[in-house]
Amino acid sequence: MTLRASIFTKLAGYGYVTVGGAVLIAALFAFVFIKGGYLLTVMQLAMIYGVFCVGLNFFMGYTGQASFGQNAFAAIGGYGTAILCVEYGFEPVLALLASMALAGIASVVVGYPTLRLRGHYLAMATFALGLITYDLSVQWTSLTQGYMGYAGIPPLGIGPFTVEDERAKLVCLMVILVIGLWISGRLRSSRFGRALRAISATEQGAAALGIRVSQYKLAAFVIAALYASAAGSLFAHVVGFISPEVFGLQMVVVTFTMLYVGGIGTVLGPAIGAVVASLLPQIVRSTGRFQDIAYALVLLLLLIYVPKGLSALAGIGRLRPAESSTGAADRSESAATCHEPRKRATGS
Amino acid sequence: MALLAVRNLTKRFEGLIANSDINLDIPEGCLFAVIGPNGAGKTTFFNMVSGFLAPTAGTIEFAGEDITHLRQDKIAAKGLVRTFQLVQLFKGMTVAENVEVGFHLATRGGVAAALTRLAWFRRQEADVHARARELLAFVGLAAQAEQDAELLPYGQQRLLEVARALAAKPRLLLLDEPAAGLNAHETDALAALIQELNREGTTVLLIEHDMALVTRIAQRIAVLDFGCKITEGTPDEIKRHPDVIAAYLGTEEAAHA
Repeated sequence: MTLRASIFTKLAGYGYVTVGGAVLIAALFAFVFIKGGYLLTVMQLAMIYGVFCVGLNFFMGYTGQASFGQNAFAAIGGYGTAILCVEYGFEPVLALLASMALAGIASVVVGYPTLRLRGHYLAMATFALGLITYDLSVQWTSLTQGYMGYAGIPPLGIGPFTVEDERAKLVCLMVILVIGLWISGRLRSSRFGRALRAISATEQGAAALGIRVSQYKLAAFVIAALYASAAGSLFAHVVGFISPEVFGLQMVVVTFTMLYVGGIGTVLGPAIGAVVASLLPQIVRSTGRFQDIAYALVLLLLLIYVPKGLSALAGIGRLRPAESSTGAADRSESAATCHEPRKRATGS
Repeated sequence: MALLAVRNLTKRFEGLIANSDINLDIPEGCLFAVIGPNGAGKTTFFNMVSGFLAPTAGTIEFAGEDITHLRQDKIAAKGLVRTFQLVQLFKGMTVAENVEVGFHLATRGGVAAALTRLAWFRRQEADVHARARELLAFVGLAAQAEQDAELLPYGQQRLLEVARALAAKPRLLLLDEPAAGLNAHETDALAALIQELNREGTTVLLIEHDMALVTRIAQRIAVLDFGCKITEGTPDEIKRHPDVIAAYLGTEEAAHA
């Protein structure tokens, strides 16, 4: 087989939609980099939301639990970073890590009692958590400066190196998002990830196999909080300003949309959703005062026709199973043995 | 000494006595069945033994240890693993992944291990991957390994649940009505599988109301009716016992239930 042919078959194994999607994303970033301007900011925010959603996906996607309050941990990240940098002159990276540690501790303290709840009750409790945090950020003015918010937060950087160029910021955020995705993928396909996904399907079934359900739920909650805090800090460093509104209810709604549009429970879905849901308002802006309606319409259509999220489209146009050529053989064999569940049966 | 020793186990739901003063000893290596008509309290009994329901009174000892108030996962960790009457598949995962989850207790490593993937963890994951497929071959699902578990036909879902439980290396395997909803052919396959497991040394406690299946494969049978154990014995003794015939097989309606 020639090199070219082997590359072609390999690409075909991923499917046309996947390859096409990858090309489209690459082209999009190239366009944004060349064009610059406002689109750079849009994509920066998309990357930050992406980090948040990848984390939220641990709790809501892999583990199948509802949380309407992750914005609380983003607020801890944002305000933590802002206060540590502005008031105490911390290095941005150190402030980001310190805020993550704080958010991690807070998530254990909050999660331990809250995660005893299930389903709608858990959703309500986490929702309350988000509202409380929002109120705190508004009312506790000695700490948060209330509605005024925090300005003058330094950009990301280590020592004398700071990332101030808008394009460099975007590259930096992309790298961070990719690391976040890498961690997510690595954890998903491991003993840990399998336990989370088992819990999302049936807690009883998971417990019967010895999985400590509450412990794993808490772990997923903490991971989601760490990502959320990192996203909050990144926002503060990239934009340079935060206020309570940044981490308000809007954030919950937007990130939910991203999660479902991209594909909840998949590795790449949250990032894809973050990019698509961030760009969509820019695309529908041409419809003028109908832009909110157009935005909602597109989302509705996506949820109706791609209910499993955009990442589920990846399977379309695949010539053969991606894993290996033997996979196809297995499949045809399985069809043949459908009526013979167990060969031993004939011996009994 | 019995592997499982149940003493005076009682469960009351408000006014209803679901299980009353049940005593049961299951010797190591036995293929034991608990039978009884619908509503006799079999599943309540099972749920208490496996930690899914707290008893009102009584004790449960497993391998000489009191497990009465242990949490489900702790009980599983001691080697008492159950399946469910309503199959509890891990939807959204492949058939092989379902079994891989079963190896949870036999393996270790959390977030740090998954991120660093040191040699031991990679070896362990490869081992789990291979052994899951061996177990699937054992129950006859090797060809379906990469398929979505929820797409399996019902009979095969039951076999998958058994394979998954086996991955947890049970000393005592509790099967809750494993033949419910299976056709004759599938039931035969399952019976053969259960017998083979038992021959290989797994103690099995089976709940069934399919009398034909139970009397064919069980070595010892206990009969529940209205929450009480009415008798216990070998299949032949049970089939001849007048109380059993009265409670369970006595009338036409009961036989069809």
